[in-house]
Amino acid sequence: MLQVNNIEVIYMNIIQVLRGVSLEVGDGKIIALLGANGAGKTTTLKAISGLLKTEEGEVTDGSIVFDGKRIDRYGPVEIAATGITQVMEGRRVLGHLSVEENLMVFAHNRKDRKEVKGDIEKVFEYFPKIKTLRRQTSGYLSGGEQQMMVIGRGLMARPKLMLLDEPSLGLAPLLVQEIYEIIRRINAEQKMAILLVEQNARAALGIADYGYVMENGRVVLSGAADMLKGNEDVQEFYMGLSVAGSKKSYREFKHYRRKKKWVT
Amino acid sequence: MTFFLQLMVSGFALGMVYTLIAIGFVIILKCSKAFNIAQGHFVMIGGYLGFTFLVTFHLPVWASLLAAVAVAIIMGLLIERLTLRPMVGQPVLAVIMMTIALSVVLEGLATLVWGGEYKTYHGVLPTITLKVGELSIPPETLIGVIVSIIVVIILMLFFRYTRSGLAMMATAEDEQVVQSAGIKVTTVYALSWVIACIVGVIGGIILGGVSGVMIPLANVGMKAFAVVLLGGVNSIGGAIVAGIMLGVLENVAAGYLDPLLPGGGLANVFPFVVMIIVLIFRPHGLFGLVEIERI
Ligand SMILES: Nc1ncnc2c1ncn2[C@@H]1O[C@H](COP(=O)(O)OP(=O)(O)OP(=O)(O)O)[C@@H](O)[C@H]1O
Ligand SMILES: [Mg+2]
Repeated sequence: MLQVNNIEVIYMNIIQVLRGVSLEVGDGKIIALLGANGAGKTTTLKAISGLLKTEEGEVTDGSIVFDGKRIDRYGPVEIAATGITQVMEGRRVLGHLSVEENLMVFAHNRKDRKEVKGDIEKVFEYFPKIKTLRRQTSGYLSGGEQQMMVIGRGLMARPKLMLLDEPSLGLAPLLVQEIYEIIRRINAEQKMAILLVEQNARAALGIADYGYVMENGRVVLSGAADMLKGNEDVQEFYMGLSVAGSKKSYREFKHYRRKKKWVT
Repeated sequence: MTFFLQLMVSGFALGMVYTLIAIGFVIILKCSKAFNIAQGHFVMIGGYLGFTFLVTFHLPVWASLLAAVAVAIIMGLLIERLTLRPMVGQPVLAVIMMTIALSVVLEGLATLVWGGEYKTYHGVLPTITLKVGELSIPPETLIGVIVSIIVVIILMLFFRYTRSGLAMMATAEDEQVVQSAGIKVTTVYALSWVIACIVGVIGGIILGGVSGVMIPLANVGMKAFAVVLLGGVNSIGGAIVAGIMLGVLENVAAGYLDPLLPGGGLANVFPFVVMIIVLIFRPHGLFGLVEIERI
């Protein structure tokens, strides 16, 4: 359904961030996109959703194809209309609006106005915790509640593909588990494909079908989620485990050797 | 006592018009984060439009209002498309400079079309006289109050219950999020300028009916500015309360203080003194939205 073909992204005409990224999301699949800080994960999502263009970024090479249509020249509004919604990193609540208003904003372009009400209730079914907060000013919700709200907000657009950027950011482990469980349910019940960006590789690979690992603006490793989970490098760099299962320092020599091996 | 009440009532009437104009100000401020220096000039143009439709064309009041609103819509769309759209992504200061340029252009336009002369249509607006005991409400003010209240209510309902209203409020919060929701921000901007022009023009017709139109009518923009600062720069509810407060203060000051001073003129200064005092104690204004910060 989505093919990203060897794209390069440049910000402000000079800062090259992506140097040839390719990935694929199949119908109804959950795909994980992993990588360290600054690897270019968020940039990849913004290239797909078109939000790049609001930050003076540009896809200078390669192509992005969604449902057979080439979308890399489209702006964010046109891309949203094709059925892609990005849930941005860092929650980005519309703080002075209520929870329900936040949800309604993402139903703006829906033609089936009658079903919108039902969809709001469906969001509250997935996230019962925020149901009682529906009329509260969203800026005062807790971090976890806000994260639930912004995922629910994305659902209101009824996308075919949801781009989820670090939903576990700043949440307690138990809540991460809970939210991931709900993401899995949404994927299964709504038949919605999800491209999931995460630092938390363990959580992401727990629900993903397939995963990509990025480094320095390139995909350096990819494979089925189970395969990645068992991969020593992934375990070491993204799950904080060494081969023996103990914590290990990032600065160790082996780290660089392995990294080199990937890049070339 | 009657004198005081009389001053209060006409102050309230004046205040409602200030509120109306100030709402235009708040909307541009919320959406574009810029002070619209030309807001008062929309009012001045409105006054002249009132003269043209009511006196020159002899249109009935409702038709004049509709015609003026139509002109305001076109004006808003043109202004957004020609002067503000190219400024998207530019620093706020540049946008403010652009509104200054806009105010100069509008002034030039008024001089060109209406010769910049004093025009009046006093007595042309319908007179509804209301007498409560000894209190009489001057007829032009009454119709002004009614129109202002209706427009303010319509705007509040618009923001609360319509899709476009919600899109505007959301755009004021986070443009990028709104675009990821598939909302065209350029449409929202255009709408904000259209509304600013409509409320300005309607306010201008009302004020013109009371005291006539001249280019300096644009100075009422300063009053709207004071209302906005007093109420809190991003709060429509605040603009309502502050507008009424300022109108009442101005009128009461005119009634009691002006006779004490040779030359008068204190009425125009007094509201600003109050504004400064309030801002010292409440920098966000009386009802300003505080930044919500969470980490
Ligand atoms: N708007 C921008 N303008 C210029 N450079 C940018 C911009 N956005 C991101 N970058 C740069 O691009 C690189 C990749 O950023 P990106 O946000 O895609 O990383 P990320 O993989 O999402 O990291 P994190 O896990 O920390 O969110 C970084 O070096 C960043 O400084
Ligand atoms: Mg990121």
